[in-house]
Amino acid sequence: MKLNANIPSGPIGEKWGSHKSSIRLVSPANKRNIDVVVIGTGLAGSSAAASLAEMGYRVKAFCFQDSPRRAHSIAAQGGINAAKNYQNDGDSVFRLFYDTIKGGDYRSREANVYRLAEVSANIIDQCVAQGVPFARDYGGLLDNRSFGGVQVSRTFYAKGQTGQQLLLGAYSALNRQISKGNVKMYNRHEMMDVVVEDGKARGIIARNLTTGEIERHGAHAVLLCSGGYGNVFFLSTNAMGSNGSAAWKAHRRGAMFANPCFTQIHPTCIPQSGEYQSKLTLMSESLRNDGRIWVPKDKKDAEAIRTGKLKPTDLPEEKRDYYLERRYPAFGNLVPRDVASRAAKERCDEGFGVNATGQAVFLDFSSAIQRYGKTEATQLGISNPSKEKVIELGEKVVASKYGNLFEMYEKIKDINPYKSPMMIYPAVHYTMGGLWVDYNLMTNVPGLYALGEANFSDHGANRLGASALMQGLADGYFVAPYTVGDYLADEIRTGDIDINSEAFEKAEAEVVERIDKLINNNGTRSVDSFHRALGKIMWDKCGMARNAEGLKEAISEIKALREEFWSDVKVPGRKDMYNPELDKAGRVADFLELGELMCLDALTREESCGGHFREEFQTEEGEALRDDENFAFVSCWKYSGEPSKAELVKEELTFENVELKTRSYK
Amino acid sequence: MNLTLKIWRQNGPEDKGRMEIYPVQDINPDMSFLEMMDVLNEQLIAEGKDPIAFDHDCREGICGMCSMFINGEAHGPGRRITTCQLHMRSFNDGDTIVVEPWRAAAFPVIKDLATDRSAFDRIQQAGGYVSVNTSGNTIDANAIPVPKTDADRAFDAATCIGCGACVATCKNSSAMLFVSAKVSQYALLPQGKVEAKERVRKMVNQMDIEGFGNCTNTGACEVECPVGISLENIARMNREYLSASLSSAE
Repeated sequence: MKLNANIPSGPIGEKWGSHKSSIRLVSPANKRNIDVVVIGTGLAGSSAAASLAEMGYRVKAFCFQDSPRRAHSIAAQGGINAAKNYQNDGDSVFRLFYDTIKGGDYRSREANVYRLAEVSANIIDQCVAQGVPFARDYGGLLDNRSFGGVQVSRTFYAKGQTGQQLLLGAYSALNRQISKGNVKMYNRHEMMDVVVEDGKARGIIARNLTTGEIERHGAHAVLLCSGGYGNVFFLSTNAMGSNGSAAWKAHRRGAMFANPCFTQIHPTCIPQSGEYQSKLTLMSESLRNDGRIWVPKDKKDAEAIRTGKLKPTDLPEEKRDYYLERRYPAFGNLVPRDVASRAAKERCDEGFGVNATGQAVFLDFSSAIQRYGKTEATQLGISNPSKEKVIELGEKVVASKYGNLFEMYEKIKDINPYKSPMMIYPAVHYTMGGLWVDYNLMTNVPGLYALGEANFSDHGANRLGASALMQGLADGYFVAPYTVGDYLADEIRTGDIDINSEAFEKAEAEVVERIDKLINNNGTRSVDSFHRALGKIMWDKCGMARNAEGLKEAISEIKALREEFWSDVKVPGRKDMYNPELDKAGRVADFLELGELMCLDALTREESCGGHFREEFQTEEGEALRDDENFAFVSCWKYSGEPSKAELVKEELTFENVELKTRSYK
Repeated sequence: MNLTLKIWRQNGPEDKGRMEIYPVQDINPDMSFLEMMDVLNEQLIAEGKDPIAFDHDCREGICGMCSMFINGEAHGPGRRITTCQLHMRSFNDGDTIVVEPWRAAAFPVIKDLATDRSAFDRIQQAGGYVSVNTSGNTIDANAIPVPKTDADRAFDAATCIGCGACVATCKNSSAMLFVSAKVSQYALLPQGKVEAKERVRKMVNQMDIEGFGNCTNTGACEVECPVGISLENIARMNREYLSASLSSAE
């Protein structure tokens, strides 16, 4: 099987423009007869549903939450990138493109990334027009900050709640279309399967989570905007309900899964505190603008801090190891996420960890508080301010930038981060891998699209901070609404999709059979106990560092766990009413397959790149050792009945506009 | 910690519902309230009993899905937190904790502690938006400067997470704080001003249709709001509504 990415010809800067103007259109009269189903209402889903409805398509949107506004995009904190160059610091479309390709360790597709950079500025214009209250400076213009892996300030933000504000903007656009009757919204509904007929996506089987009813929805195109699969690790920064099931169901129906092992482990999360822990909380990367990361230089000091005998604030400057600044002077605390995470793991593995479990490093704001305090004092005309005054003024500035994050930290840890440094540790945050899509964001199943985190295309092996929001909205507002038309132009004569066809009958029967199996299994172990066990295997063997032996073990352990799941899982309650345990069981069953494929992918990628670090492939200094000669391709996996027997198809990556270099942040 | 939980059980919207008592042992004070509920549910599943249904998702205080009325307070004791941010260290060993769903006519119970808050969505659909299509050719984002104080106040109003604590807390089950937050956000920004009058009329009208009560200015909503939405917004909405009502029809 060969995959065609359908990349338009021509110079990179002209590809999208010429593609857009040559793409086929669907007339307004015909759009009224075409159904589009959108799964998920995060940034990608809400924006796509709203935009397609504006254009005149009949849209149905689905979310499992009780309202589209609760999709997990809401929790994104730090910001959204855009090549506006408002700060006049040399930013440009090309530079954003270049940073993203380099940040992704040269494992993403040039044409898609360039387009992302190109439309990024439109996103900010669109959001401001919708009434998204971005942070502004005293002149009333938009403010920016920096994120990891870049040397410009191109991140737009709304305190530490940027995702919330952008999602509420997209939600408002969606609401406008719902009120006009152009979108029919299905809250508390879960997609159970994609229906594929004559090789094309023709609709979905959904389950009403409140009543348990199984529904059929025909569509001429199905857009999966269902997010990532980080919850395969059980503990992650994802919401409890975030799941990979929609993508996995599509995979089982023939859609290729690309680079499943590319997982982003975010360096700044609140460390785990006990076995009962249900999720991990992220502390935005934006904190690394002003926070300095350190551990003690001396192991004895680290131990004294761990046991509570020494307070971090009492350790003098010269006894602290600001290891990111030491190892990567050019980028310092703002190295990309994969680099920062590995460096934290390295220090903790060496015994320098600073909390009771030894799995934490400090993120310290005292220098920033001092710096801001002095500047503020100068501006206020206070000469010779007292120490206390400087701290008071500095804390105010820090609060205005990160107030809600500091509050969040204090609520969870009961420690005041203005007075004592935060303790942080890496945690699973985002999945760069996802469904394979071509330039039009269509999977290899005609009519089936994947947008946002659900696809694989833009972030390579490592995503830069503040780029997920950018990609979700780019796909949903500015890419899919155009490209979907190119496919739908052939569907204007199809007429309504027959939901009583054999394909729908069969898909529904399979869904019902699986639900019955789960609910009647009467085993002894809870769904969560399996999910935790899977998470532990994944974190230990397919987490921040991987090796062939561990991955092979993981594959057989997951297989065994999956068998045990199907023979011994206990799902209480009934299938014909609200039953969150049943919903969870279906998602965990899919994770038990996806996890195995991730391990297989990690095993076959015999190089280290971005978030994928194979212990066998590293430089003498412990940096990732990429192998461009043999691995400059996208691993696309075709389902063949068993996850670890999936067939590998390669999409070779060609780089015409950037030179492949060893990624250095030194 | 050992605790006694009195939890509302209701097997669907038609069921009458009742309180049931569950003892839990060995609770770690660093657990969040929802993690404690997870422990209880694991225990119930092991005993072959029906676990307690409750809404939750992000578990970091932003999605607005969790919604428990604990010891007579929305999101329990503590200020400016959601239920998922409430930690067991706020309670004492041996405490009895009473847990109920949001109670309001406009929020019918789905099961146990989970309620249907789609009325909030319908209020937003009535007018909680700026009528701008996706185009990519809207004016440059910096074309209209917005005074920082207005932008900041609009942001403060826009941080509402739509959890419904204000309604659950209000003796009249009024949704004024929720509605006024959205009205204020747009009223404060130049982009929202064009449709301001129409918006406030439509949203208030929908709020009434959904069966939310009136505001009698007791201010309990502001106290219990997990993100600190200010009562000021209600004053602003009243002003907007009055001015919209007094101006001639469009």
